[in-house]
Amino acid sequence: MNSTLLADKSEASLKRFLNTLSPVDQVGATARVEALATRSIKTESKNWAIDLAIRMVDLTTLEGADTPMKVRALCAKGVYPDPTDLTVPSVGAICVYNDMVKIARTALDAGGGKNIPVAAVATAFPSGRASIEVKIQDTKDAITNGASEIDMVIDRGAFLSGKLGLVFDQIALIKELCGDKAHLKVILETGELVTLDNVRKASYLAMLAGADFIKTSTGKVAPAATAPVVYVMLEAVRDFYKMTGTRIGVKPAGGIRNTKDAIKQLVLVNEVAGPEWLDPALFRIGASALLNDLLMQRMKMRDGYYASPNYVTLD
Amino acid sequence: MRIDVMKTYKLFINGSFPRSESGRVYEILDAKGKFLANPCNGSRKDLRESVVAARAAHSGWSSATAFNRGQILYRVAEIMQGRIDQFVAELVAQEGLTPAAAKIQVQSAIDTWVWYAGWCDKIDSISGSTNPVSGPFYNFSIPESLGVVAIFADSKPSLLNLVSALAPVIATGNTAILIASQKYPLCAITLAECLATSDVPAGVVNILTGKLDQFVTWVGSHMEIDGVDATGLGSKDLAEVKELGSENLKRIYVFNDSKSTKRMSNFMEIKTVWHPIGI
Repeated sequence: MNSTLLADKSEASLKRFLNTLSPVDQVGATARVEALATRSIKTESKNWAIDLAIRMVDLTTLEGADTPMKVRALCAKGVYPDPTDLTVPSVGAICVYNDMVKIARTALDAGGGKNIPVAAVATAFPSGRASIEVKIQDTKDAITNGASEIDMVIDRGAFLSGKLGLVFDQIALIKELCGDKAHLKVILETGELVTLDNVRKASYLAMLAGADFIKTSTGKVAPAATAPVVYVMLEAVRDFYKMTGTRIGVKPAGGIRNTKDAIKQLVLVNEVAGPEWLDPALFRIGASALLNDLLMQRMKMRDGYYASPNYVTLD
Repeated sequence: MRIDVMKTYKLFINGSFPRSESGRVYEILDAKGKFLANPCNGSRKDLRESVVAARAAHSGWSSATAFNRGQILYRVAEIMQGRIDQFVAELVAQEGLTPAAAKIQVQSAIDTWVWYAGWCDKIDSISGSTNPVSGPFYNFSIPESLGVVAIFADSKPSLLNLVSALAPVIATGNTAILIASQKYPLCAITLAECLATSDVPAGVVNILTGKLDQFVTWVGSHMEIDGVDATGLGSKDLAEVKELGSENLKRIYVFNDSKSTKRMSNFMEIKTVWHPIGI
């Protein structure tokens, strides 16, 4: 909890603070992201952006059909995204379900990826519909198994019905469990929050409760990481830094499938939050298909001709 | 006095008619040397968009039943029939033909669609086979579509060559990127208008106009193009496509007849299937 902005831990003081936030100009936000999306990033800048985007990818598999072998294959890919070209950097993290954390950690350690963190989705991902005891156990489990990043979901039902104190307390509780062992990313599931005003409120709520990262979505709900949503969240972390001196990270997830989209995100980061956020420690992209497109674009920049998906792995 | 409304000739990519991403056009002249039109001068990005569209359309088109593809090819012929006058006018202007000769060309182009429409559900029978093997197995050779095929159609007779190259490629389930003749591109765009209104799914056929020599390099080096009908290329361009295409083993062919099963079977892959007898 950040004591400088809130009078005390009560729901009333939280609501009082959130009421001081100005509403989002939806038309303005959309126009601004559209204007920024027209920036053309070419040659050296593009090379740089592609490598940065690869380092920011939270390579993710969150399927009911996940198997240990699939997770191991994903880890191998995370360490050496293109085994034929060792100049390609490793990804930012591997993001899996709770029961796959140990497998991922072991595979990364054995495969040269000791410094790549494993992120676990916890607290009854993706719906968040479970009792707090279950959410606590879920989180503890992930940390014990070696997760150093926890992607928790907020209780959207509680948020939308105005029980902001409940949402706040749950985040604070999970943050306490994480302690210094794990980074906490808080998933707002913006596709279910309906308005940009809610996105702004939820962003501040999560940051005040102790989130290290605010994340757009689970990837299970459409729309996911739309540009205006990311824009509002980037504004929130920028302003939060001005108020408190603490830099909170942002992680868009879901719907970012190609290099063009990823570079548009990086332009947003640079223009809205600032160049300090162009760092895997403060900006991540949750994705699975994106990495292949980044690799293909990288091949294109290197070889001079368009690559084919036949030359990257089928995940 | 009324001013004629002139047509803007545009590209055909993923079922829509965009201008070239580059914004460039080039001038073409009619058979008498007078200005005829400003078709788009397609760029490398236009080609890339076409390949993306063609690749995306491939799974749906190749898994459509052969009967369905046959019906759609026949539908193209039906739609072209209603546009004969427009094609004739363009051929007269472009190639300097007499209206009668132009009409014969359009009619043979339409008949070519019908000919290949009939082949859709028959080509598998003649290019596939049941093979004798020494063991208790059935062994089948089953032809499947190759993927994305780029076509450099020969320039004259422009419409007939376009159709003779395009129909067999898509009949077997491939998707196509057609590079129109640099000198005679108008029929290609009108053909695109027929395709757009005849149930051919978006992306199955993409048509680009522009300078031929630049397309040779881009098509040859694009790793996602699986085959090239290089009938319309000169020997120097053909050599370049072959050299660049060796990188991903493109199937590159030149044909000298307008109706043949070779035009279909060359752009197919043979899959061998073993199945135990009695199960």
